Amino acid sequence: MKSLAELQAIKEKMQNKVNLRASEDDNTVRVVVGMATCGIAAGARPVLNAFLKEIEDRHLGNVICTQTGCIGICQYEPVVEVITPDGTKTTYVKMNEDKVAKVVTEHIVNNKVVQDFTIGAYQK
Amino acid sequence: MIRNHILICGGTGCTSSGSHSIMEALNTELKKNNLQDEVKVVMTGCFGLCALGPIMIVYPEGSFYSRIDASAIPEIVSEHIIKGRIVKKYLYSEVAEMEEKGVHASLNDTKFYKKQKRVALRNCGVINPEIIDEYIAYDGYQALGKVLTEMTPAEVIQCIKDSGLRGRGGGGFPTGLKWDLASRTKADVKYVCCNADEGDPGAFMDRSILEGDPHAVIEAMAIAAYAVGACKGFVYIRAEYPIAVNRLQIAINQAREYGLLGNDIFGTGFNFDMEIRLGAGAFVCGEETALMTSIEGNRGEPRPRPPFPSEKGIFGIPTMNCNVETYANVPQIILNGADWFGSMGTEKSKGTKVFALGGKITNTGLVEIPMGTTLREVIEDIGGGIPNGKKFKAAQTGGPSGGCIPASLIDTPIDYDNLIAIGSMMGSGGLIVMDEDNCMVDIAKFFLEFTVDESCGKCTPCRIGTKRMLEYLEKITSGKATMQDLDDLEELCYYIKANSLCGLGQTAPNPVLSTLRYFRDEYEAHILEKRCPAGVCKDLMRYEITDACKGCTLCARNCPVNAISGTVKNMHTIDQNKCIKCGVCVSKCKFKAIIRK
Repeated sequence: MKSLAELQAIKEKMQNKVNLRASEDDNTVRVVVGMATCGIAAGARPVLNAFLKEIEDRHLGNVICTQTGCIGICQYEPVVEVITPDGTKTTYVKMNEDKVAKVVTEHIVNNKVVQDFTIGAYQK
Repeated sequence: MIRNHILICGGTGCTSSGSHSIMEALNTELKKNNLQDEVKVVMTGCFGLCALGPIMIVYPEGSFYSRIDASAIPEIVSEHIIKGRIVKKYLYSEVAEMEEKGVHASLNDTKFYKKQKRVALRNCGVINPEIIDEYIAYDGYQALGKVLTEMTPAEVIQCIKDSGLRGRGGGGFPTGLKWDLASRTKADVKYVCCNADEGDPGAFMDRSILEGDPHAVIEAMAIAAYAVGACKGFVYIRAEYPIAVNRLQIAINQAREYGLLGNDIFGTGFNFDMEIRLGAGAFVCGEETALMTSIEGNRGEPRPRPPFPSEKGIFGIPTMNCNVETYANVPQIILNGADWFGSMGTEKSKGTKVFALGGKITNTGLVEIPMGTTLREVIEDIGGGIPNGKKFKAAQTGGPSGGCIPASLIDTPIDYDNLIAIGSMMGSGGLIVMDEDNCMVDIAKFFLEFTVDESCGKCTPCRIGTKRMLEYLEKITSGKATMQDLDDLEELCYYIKANSLCGLGQTAPNPVLSTLRYFRDEYEAHILEKRCPAGVCKDLMRYEITDACKGCTLCARNCPVNAISGTVKNMHTIDQNKCIKCGVCVSKCKFKAIIRK
């Protein structure tokens, strides 16, 4: 190691890889992906991976992405819930990889719900 | 993409309760479900809650699974990892209760962790100690970079002085002052040394730091070397710590590979390298002059001071020697500043202290608390109290060199000076909890047996004196002592304290003196009434059968030495000459007819 810059480069490269191990605090946004049999069959896994990739690419340290069982509305799978630090829960339905980027940029980064993808929009 | 990190404790405690087989089962199960690229399994250092091992944490949820075995793994993978349903029955009970109430509970919300403040242990149970990149991700080697590029050696020493850090090996000597003295010695070559010869019965914090975060010690030794002007380091570690030795060697190799040890570190022209020296497990080698003698390849015996190690140390070279835990605090002090460190703790004892909690306590394990936390908080809140509803009697700190804290002083804030004032000492941090079933004379005898074994024999007060002390204690516990013996024992204690060559002998009488101070009545009961109040000392006990006996013959059939005689439906008797006082008859009797006197 001949310079501090080298150390910094390793640190940055690694930090994204260990972010998962942070404990939740008051500023954490939770992304919950329904991963029961129905969700997985409808394609929840690529959605989950797309979230993880977006979060890592954008260095979002305050987001944890986790999976849950059947949310109960199998016809709308894959279902994703985004829970912001104030406790508000938004349910996005019929998700796919393409929709993920928009949810991350608009909702998680800029705190603006993507109305078109929510369960409310589909049930109308 | 990695979506889950599963952390498994790889400390000595969890390793011996089978964490490696869990790791294997997990890897097999993940492969079976084709999840090996989505889930990362990490073996870490000690989480601290050793009583509940093996321990496993699943992130990002932070689910804390305890006391699991390999057979639980398929269910955890299929439920938690695949379907996202936390398997509550394997969760740590306190967390499970909170989850049951719908509260999302993280580890830091539990009683065990809530009052802790992890500085020296901050990476233990978080990183994989065998991967240097993970240490770097958690600010590793940043302090060394800062010191080498921005600070002069004098500034580093001043920072450590200002922080108020004191030696964590037990003595409590101010670390900044030690570094200052070492830096003032004029010599072409100087050494730094790390004392990892943790020998107190019941103490395992240094081992856990080296197992869980070895790079912190390497980084701190490099910082110390820069501050005092040394170019080489030794770590003296006992061979009984194979996991710690192995991980430290891996860490040294990785640091060398990255150029964090070696020549011209960070391009600043600073050179430093280090090596491990294994100790054979002699308690006296934790004494710094004996440690240095042992590193030189000689029999581990202390030598008189002066000359102090800072003038004439290993191979006659000026040497600065600190304990593992002391070093582990250094990078954090450099990064966060002396004021941050000084904000924790009491007036004269800054920062935190790691304790190995053992004995009659629910949560056996490793805890790190701010100085000034009371013993009550440690035992009742963090430690989860005394099991089986027993009453707290005393806590022993400082191992064979320390003393005990009686129940009446349970609200004493723990720091160096308070412990000295009540006749105990901080020691390296073993904290053994005792309940009403422990006999204090027996405890003193236990520690004396240890000291007699470990005395190196170089000086007479220690070699012969400790042996004589033990003989007095044996006389007392067998009911043959007189009050004159008790006076003689006490006088001998002071003589040994004043005349021994090194710390081992000077502190050896402490367990006797402190139990005498707080539990003299127990000694007197042994001598005057020939009675052991706690019912531990076998020679002072006798079992007798009362007329509640129905003559069922159960006791006679279970007695291992056939000391009980009697016929069916007639009262039995115990032959006191044959009885070995094992207590089997008492536990077998259904009519509570056998009593202990």
